[in-house]
Amino acid sequence: MNTVVKGLTGLRDWVDDRFPLLQLWNDHMGKYYAPKNFNFWYYFGVLSMVVLAMQILTGIWLTMSYKPDAAFAFGSVEYIMRDVEWGWLIRYMHSTGASFFFIVVYLHMFRAMLYGSYKKPRELIWVLGMFIYLSLMAEAFFGYLLPWGQMSYWGAQVIISLFGAIPFVGETLSLWIRGDYVVSDITLNRFFAFHVIALPFAIAGLVGLHIIALHEVGSNNPDGVEIKNHKDADGKPLDGIPFHPYYTLKDSVGVLVFLIVFSVVVFFAPEFGGYFLEHNNFIPANPLATPEHIAPVWYFTPFYSILRANTVNFFWIPAKLWGVIFMGLGTMILFLLPWLDRSPVKSIRYRGNIYKIALGLFVVAFLILGYLGILPPTPARTIVAQICTVVYFLFFILMPFYTKWDKTKPVPERVTGK
Amino acid sequence: MIRTICVVLLWVYSSLSCAAGAGGPALLDANINLSNKVSLQRGARLFVNYCLSCHSAEYMRYSRMAADLELSEDAVKSNMMFTTEKIGETMRVAMAPEDAAKWMGAIPPDLSVIARAKGADYIFSFLNGFYSDSSRSTGVNNVYYPGTAMPHILWELQGEQELASESDDEHGGHGPALHPVSAGTMSVSEYQNATRDLVAFMVYVGEPAKLVRYRIGFWVITFLLILLLATYLLKREYWKDVH
Amino acid sequence: MSETAVDPDRRRFLTGTATVIGGIGAGLASIPFVATFQPSARAKAFGAPVEANISNIEPGQQVTFKWRGKPVWIIRRTEEQIAMLDSMDGVLSDPESSASDQPDFALNAWRSSNREFLVLVGICTHLGCSPKFRPIPGAEDLGSDWKGGFYCPCHGSKFDLAGRVYAGVPAPTNMQVPPYRYLDEQNILIGELDGGAA
Repeated sequence: MNTVVKGLTGLRDWVDDRFPLLQLWNDHMGKYYAPKNFNFWYYFGVLSMVVLAMQILTGIWLTMSYKPDAAFAFGSVEYIMRDVEWGWLIRYMHSTGASFFFIVVYLHMFRAMLYGSYKKPRELIWVLGMFIYLSLMAEAFFGYLLPWGQMSYWGAQVIISLFGAIPFVGETLSLWIRGDYVVSDITLNRFFAFHVIALPFAIAGLVGLHIIALHEVGSNNPDGVEIKNHKDADGKPLDGIPFHPYYTLKDSVGVLVFLIVFSVVVFFAPEFGGYFLEHNNFIPANPLATPEHIAPVWYFTPFYSILRANTVNFFWIPAKLWGVIFMGLGTMILFLLPWLDRSPVKSIRYRGNIYKIALGLFVVAFLILGYLGILPPTPARTIVAQICTVVYFLFFILMPFYTKWDKTKPVPERVTGK
Repeated sequence: MIRTICVVLLWVYSSLSCAAGAGGPALLDANINLSNKVSLQRGARLFVNYCLSCHSAEYMRYSRMAADLELSEDAVKSNMMFTTEKIGETMRVAMAPEDAAKWMGAIPPDLSVIARAKGADYIFSFLNGFYSDSSRSTGVNNVYYPGTAMPHILWELQGEQELASESDDEHGGHGPALHPVSAGTMSVSEYQNATRDLVAFMVYVGEPAKLVRYRIGFWVITFLLILLLATYLLKREYWKDVH
Repeated sequence: MSETAVDPDRRRFLTGTATVIGGIGAGLASIPFVATFQPSARAKAFGAPVEANISNIEPGQQVTFKWRGKPVWIIRRTEEQIAMLDSMDGVLSDPESSASDQPDFALNAWRSSNREFLVLVGICTHLGCSPKFRPIPGAEDLGSDWKGGFYCPCHGSKFDLAGRVYAGVPAPTNMQVPPYRYLDEQNILIGELDGGAA
């Protein structure tokens, strides 16, 4: 026993002389001091990483049996579901994981808005996070074509056609993206390449940068106070605790709760009533017949609603282009959040009522937009969507003003331990 | 906090599920029981005898069906396989697709995952929704799929039905009423049970793993709960340090 | 806040418990990922037993069938060829087939259930090439003592007409006899033994 321990210690030291092993561990785990007052909302960062790891792992396994060929793609997914041993589980983990990825990422982003985690000095963390979010949307979009069902096909068709709204170059651009006159085998093949190689690389790299930036400035917390301002004689933050073992253990508990919820869906409701796996996607892609009602998967529907809410030709720009512009702006404006927020405090605990109401309205508008995006449009729904779109954008446009006017409460020096 | 979120999620889920289906007459309730092997076996027999003449189920293997439905391979070979002799083969159809298109005006779709696309209730309704309509070349039309190119393959079992006049329809409220005009070899309830078995089999064919999924899920979640308990105790022990 | 003393034994015990259960969990979670590498139902269907009709094989003739993607030979041996098998022991490396792969009924000099018909997986046990059928004794390139058999062109391994390997060649064992059974006088089912097991 002792010789084994000695051998392992020796190996560790050998590596450490040639590679900053211990330093990396200390910087990010053993001596990374995180505020001791993290609450429920602080689980979603690590959960995003868990889902990312799971998606990569199951994705590699799916690639072993999937065929990116218009003639075989649909059949190869069914082959995985039936003929490959345990293939159904790996496929369901991947398809359920896609939806859960967005659930945890949306909650993670909402956390940042609750506690002002994007504010100075953490602007870059937010910007990198937004790049992750955009890559994730692209990843999901590319991946959704692969099962080659009706929703895959027509979803891709509609989204690519959006690029056609861009003046002058639009038609050429959508032709270039498809590589064909319609979404075809060629499109499937290049989407496959992006989905399994390009974007996973990009996302993994961005996640690394996101965490390096975070550990450089240190984590925010529900009180929005900087724990580095109060250190003990050894230079350790008084309100900080080492990430390991305290948060590794706490996060393990969170991850297990998450895995239980995840398993409930994977094993008992993998289609989730047609929202995680859409019914029409069990019909093979048919370029000659569009399903009666097509809607994107739920995580895109807020932006899809914004797209559809634009029904008026305005100035010399047609409604279709306005839709694309607003949908684009709807995601891009999030990048500016750190600079739009002029409040002197970070956490919602010490903000005034104006911000609380504004954030509440924003969340309600976002959820309604998401809900409407699932339904077929009617005139009444379109009006609701238009109102919500206005609320969505006003939240950002007016933010520099209302965050400044808002009456804030005094922020304590130390975390409150709630 | 967490409980509130769970409640909200459940509410959203249930309201979304209701909102999903729309249009067409209200569907009948298929009310199938996937754990009833005998029902699945009866459904399989109907499926290979009636459906498989025109429709394929090209992702479903006979060997898998035999194992899952607790049928012996020899019984399946001698009674249920008409287009192949190999038990490992999938359920293909003898007719060439081009011929089918020529004879029927449409290629009969593959039925492997049709239950996942359309839902059990829809297929059950469809199989019970045929009525005589002399204006159609097949002689029948369907309440739930008006203008369907499919003839009423099971008419010998069910007999003929007629669509009730519009005035009858209004007070019913449960979709259009169909009246039997001639008896088939089965009684009304026998036919309903037979089609229920058939739909149960098609749901099984749509996802054979469903038969084991729930069972494995139960054990996975049980295990995770035990691991959660152990991890939680450990976490609580260490967090005693934090004040 | 009351300062509770840390109990190192309790910590060690709880750490051990969680690690062991977590380790079991990781092991169980890896099962699906390992099991997907097994042959799929499609591969198994393609690898299903193959029926071979032997009624038209002439004495001295070799016929090739495909089973699990591999060549399976059926050779109808002549009386002289069968008689010769008993006199080969001196040049063979494993005449009793004790280190080789075959069903129990083939543990004899002729390595088959019916002496006349040899069923053999046509793959050299050295590095997987498919040997050539060279039934003519004394062929020039194989030496005057060649009694007829199989010759592997890749690395020069030699086998007799029961698929038994010669001594002093690279192949380590006799060629594999696949599981098979007679359905009737004229038909062999390759890939299944009597009683159904593969």
